[in-house]
Formats: sequence, structure tokens, C-alpha cells
Amino acid sequence: MSDEVILQVKDLKTYFTVDEGVVKAVDGVSFELHRGETLGIVGESGSGKSVTNLSIINLIPMPPGKIAGGQVLFHGKDMLTMSPNEIREIRGNKISMIFQDPMTSLNPFLRISTQMVETIVLHQGLSKEESKTKAIEMLKLAGIPAPEKRIDQYPHQFSGGMRQRVMIAMGLSCNPEILIADEPTSALDVTIQAQILELMQELTRRLGTAVILITHSLGVVAGMCNTICVMYAGRIVERGRTEEIFESPRHPYTMGLIRSVPRLDQETRGRLYSIPGQPPNVIDLPDCCPFYPRCDKVMDICKKKYPPTVPFEKEQSAACWLYAKEAQNA
Amino acid sequence: MSRYIIRRFLSLIPTIFVIITLSFFLIRFAPGGPFSSEKNVPEQVIQNLMKKYHMDEPLFKQYLSYMGDILHGDLGPSFRYRDSTVNELIGQSLPNSMLLGTIALVLATVAGIAVGIISALKQNHWQDYTFMSIAVVGISVPLFVVGPILQLVFAMRLHVLPLSGWITGREGIKALIMPAITLSFPYFAYIARLSRASLLEILRSDYVRTARAKGLAERTVITRHVLKGGLLPVVSYLGPAFSGIITGSIVIEQVFAIPGVGRIFVQSALNRDYTLIMGEVIVYSLILVLMNFVVDIVYGFLDPRIAYN
Repeated sequence: MSDEVILQVKDLKTYFTVDEGVVKAVDGVSFELHRGETLGIVGESGSGKSVTNLSIINLIPMPPGKIAGGQVLFHGKDMLTMSPNEIREIRGNKISMIFQDPMTSLNPFLRISTQMVETIVLHQGLSKEESKTKAIEMLKLAGIPAPEKRIDQYPHQFSGGMRQRVMIAMGLSCNPEILIADEPTSALDVTIQAQILELMQELTRRLGTAVILITHSLGVVAGMCNTICVMYAGRIVERGRTEEIFESPRHPYTMGLIRSVPRLDQETRGRLYSIPGQPPNVIDLPDCCPFYPRCDKVMDICKKKYPPTVPFEKEQSAACWLYAKEAQNA
Repeated sequence: MSRYIIRRFLSLIPTIFVIITLSFFLIRFAPGGPFSSEKNVPEQVIQNLMKKYHMDEPLFKQYLSYMGDILHGDLGPSFRYRDSTVNELIGQSLPNSMLLGTIALVLATVAGIAVGIISALKQNHWQDYTFMSIAVVGISVPLFVVGPILQLVFAMRLHVLPLSGWITGREGIKALIMPAITLSFPYFAYIARLSRASLLEILRSDYVRTARAKGLAERTVITRHVLKGGLLPVVSYLGPAFSGIITGSIVIEQVFAIPGVGRIFVQSALNRDYTLIMGEVIVYSLILVLMNFVVDIVYGFLDPRIAYN
């Protein structure tokens, strides 16, 4: 990880217009990604993690989606104002994505070779034969046995874990600067999860790829990420270095998340903790802290105004009235 | 693969056998008979007719001798068209229906798929709304309305196409245009809706999102990743559609005066012309099971997930 910022998301807003109103799926998200860094974005289903990342490479289905504001600066250039051709140059080449469900993310009608070679030919300008050699090499790196043979097979001839390995090999085949992994292990069983995460970590480290890892599992981010952003109802509520977040979580939501992780090293009595209530409906959310109905430290002001982001020592910050000076004055 | 094809082909034989047997007895058990509508015929004449067509023999014996005949390719004499055999009647009319039906289905498939693709890619735009309105008309307006409207416009008013009739030679091609378009209309509408729906589903699929995330141009995404899966349902529809469309349509044949097999089919049923009905049933079911067989095999080539063993 270096100090060079390669991706800067500034006040990103992605809204979806539905019959009931406007869904503010992402509402003012900002973060930075450094070269070689692994950034974890954590949150419940519907907190806007995936939409944030689909917005980065402009893959939001429009309509009903719409990027309502903000900037996504890749090496200082705003990807949201790029032409379709410019952005296609980046997709799969400089920034590639791995999706949640490996069973449906590969085209069942095409051989693995076709699907891998088309990306390499497109972005690396290699011939088909050279691309295939490169693809076989990537499959080998991704731990696929007998890749020369397997590459000519169809996706249904691979298991879930193997398909995710193929996705990783495909995602890294053009040596991207950023790999966005959207819940890459959620659809896999636990033993395979660990293998896949290890593989991602090893390969991206070797190639110097920065990673944005989207997950709802704190266990996954703890093992892999340098930095963590916690998302709730379309906004980042807390961020910091991984150790900071785990040692001294500030936002009550983060605290709740950490408390609800089952631990092997502690004697437990009774039920595993869970945050009470449901995530809010993000349609026409009023200007308040969206977490207050579920928060055990709720104050009056939480119901009236969205809290400001309060910085702590080092890189940590949290958006909570508990730490805001205005709240004490009020 | 070839072993599968042979086995699948052999399994058609019992299917056909069951169809023939069932139809044979069902028809005999239906009230009335080929000679029951004749008026004032002396009892002796009926007796002689029955004897001539072996209908005085026990039913099972009739069945056995009928099965023996069709194994030799002989569908027997018609009970009503006294001077013709069933082979002759079908042999004269079926080719006409097949020619018309094939042209109509090719039209319907090409136009239906094209319209389906455009509508799916322009979902909720004016192109989509226009085409889908036409498709609803195609499915809901009966052929006996569409046919006469075309005749009124193109034959009576504009005088560019012949009104009706079955002509050989160059004029014959012109005479085929209106019946073929009319016949293809509902098939076109169905194929358009079918391909639009399945293309839309594929367009929203995860693997198409993957293809876009790889930076492929939209054109490549559509041609390489969307079309194949999106058009598979059309392939499976084409089997039954083909057997239905080439075995004639009495409406088209009446409106455009075409000597096709559809009219014979309906008349044979009304006349209780046992052998002719059986002949039609056999021909239709042969075509149907053969087409389904062909679709199955083609499907195997198109969808790699289907394994034949």
C-alpha cells in the first residue's frame, strides 16, 4: 500500500425512482482508495454497498437508477462524466469486478476460454492464441487444476468454488489497478470461503492490485482489509483502520455489529447478540439519524438532524451525535 | 450423441403406435358413421356398403387389417370420396399446405425475432409499445378478419395482388403473398412476444452484467452473450408451430380458396370418413413427433448444459 490515491469517491449519490418515491440507495458517500490498499465496505443487505460500487463503473441500471450527484475520480479523472467508450476502456481493464454468485455470473452458453479470451483480446491487444495462453496461466495462478483442459469446458462443469476461482482469474487477467469484489464468498460454503479469500489476498498482493471488498461479514474484513467503511442506509457511518474499528468502535451500529460476531475465544452464555429492529426503508428518509430507532444510546437530537462526521485520532471517524460538540451545546 | 439420437428416434415408434390405436377406436365409438347421413337408402345397400369396406367384420379384426395396411403405406380408400384413396387425397393437398405453411413460418420467425430483439432493447420506448400493440392485435384478431381486410385493400382497392386462388407459375407466387402473411400473423405475434420476454430476462441476468463489467461493447454483449440464451425458447416453440402451420388451416383455405389439407381434415371429421380421418391423424402426429425430435436434438447443440447419455 502506498500513499498514492488512485480512486476518490466524492459525495456520491445514487437514487432509484420507484412507484412509492425516491430510494436514496447511496446518499453522499465519500472514500479514497490508495494503490495496493484493501478497503472493506461493510453493512447489512440494502445498505447501499453494492450500488456504491456499481456506480463507480457506471453499471447502475438506468432507469430506474440515476446518479444524482458526486464524483468518482480515477487518477483524477471523473468517471461519471466519461463517454461510454472511455469507461469501457477502464471496465475489466483498470477496474474489474467479481460478483456474489459464481453460479450465475458466468455465461452458461459459452466456454470458459471464450469468456476469458474476449476480455484479454479487448484490453491487452493480444492475439487469440496469446490470450488463451495468458488465460491458462491465470487459471493456473487461481489454483484450477489442469487448466489447459478445463479452459475448454463450460461453466456448469465447474463447482461453485471453482467458478469463483475462474471469476478471480478473469478479473485479474488484465492486471487491473482495482479489483471490486462484491460479496465474493457469500454464496459459497464456509470451507471454500476461506480458500477463496486467501487466493484473492495472495494474488492481489502479488500483482499489487487494490481491492474494494464488499461484505456483510466482519470476520472477512478483519482478516483481509487495511481500512474499513461501515455503511448504514446509504451512508458511511464509521470508517477507520481495521485495528481501530475493532479495538475502539465509536458508532453504536459498529459496536452492535462487532458484538453480534460469534467468538470462539470467549465463554458465552445465552443467546448471541443481535441488533434489535430492522434496517430502515430508505424511501423518502427524513433528515435524522436513520439508526436512531435501533440505537441504545439514542438522544433527542438524533431524531431531528443527521449527525456530522466527527474525526478521532489517526484515521478513524464516525457520524454520531454522541461525539458531536453541537449536541453538547444543544 | 449419435446413440442418444438413435434411441430417441426409436422411442417415437411406440408413441405413434399408441396414437394410431387410440384414434382408431375413438373414431369408431363416436356416434354416427360414414353412411349414416344418406337418406332413404335401402337396408340392403347399407349392408353391401358395410361389406365392401369390411365394416361388418369384428372391430378388432378391422383394426388388425388396418394396421397391416398402413405398415405397407396404404391408408385405404376414402369412404366418402368414392373414387379416391386417402393417399391420393392427402398427397394432392398436403404439399400445398406445406408450401404455404413453410413460407408463413419463415416470415413469422424472421419478423418475430427481429421485432422481439428491437422491443427488448428498446423496452418501454415507442418502438416497444408500437410492436407489442401489433403483437396483441396479431394474437387476438382472428384470421377470418385479417384475411378479408388484406383482400379488400390489396386486391379490391389497389389491385396489386390476386384476390384468391391457387395458381401455378409466376402469378402463383403473388397469389401466395396474402395467405402467407395472414397465416403468419398470429405466429409472428407469438414469437415476437416470446423472444422479447426471454431476451429481457437474459438482459437482466448476472452474466450479462459480468459481460458489461468486462468492458465489452454493447453490441458484443448483445450478439455474444444475450441472443443465444434469449432465443432458445423460440427454438422449442418452432417444433409444434411448424407441425401446426404446415398441416393446414381451414380458415385460410376457405378465405383464399386454397386446396389444402385443412379443409379435408374438417370435412372428413364431419363426414365420419374413418379412413381419411385416420390418415390425417397419422400424418399430423408423424410431423409433430418428428419436429419435437428435431427440436430436442437442435437444443442439445445450442445448450451445453444438456448432456446426452
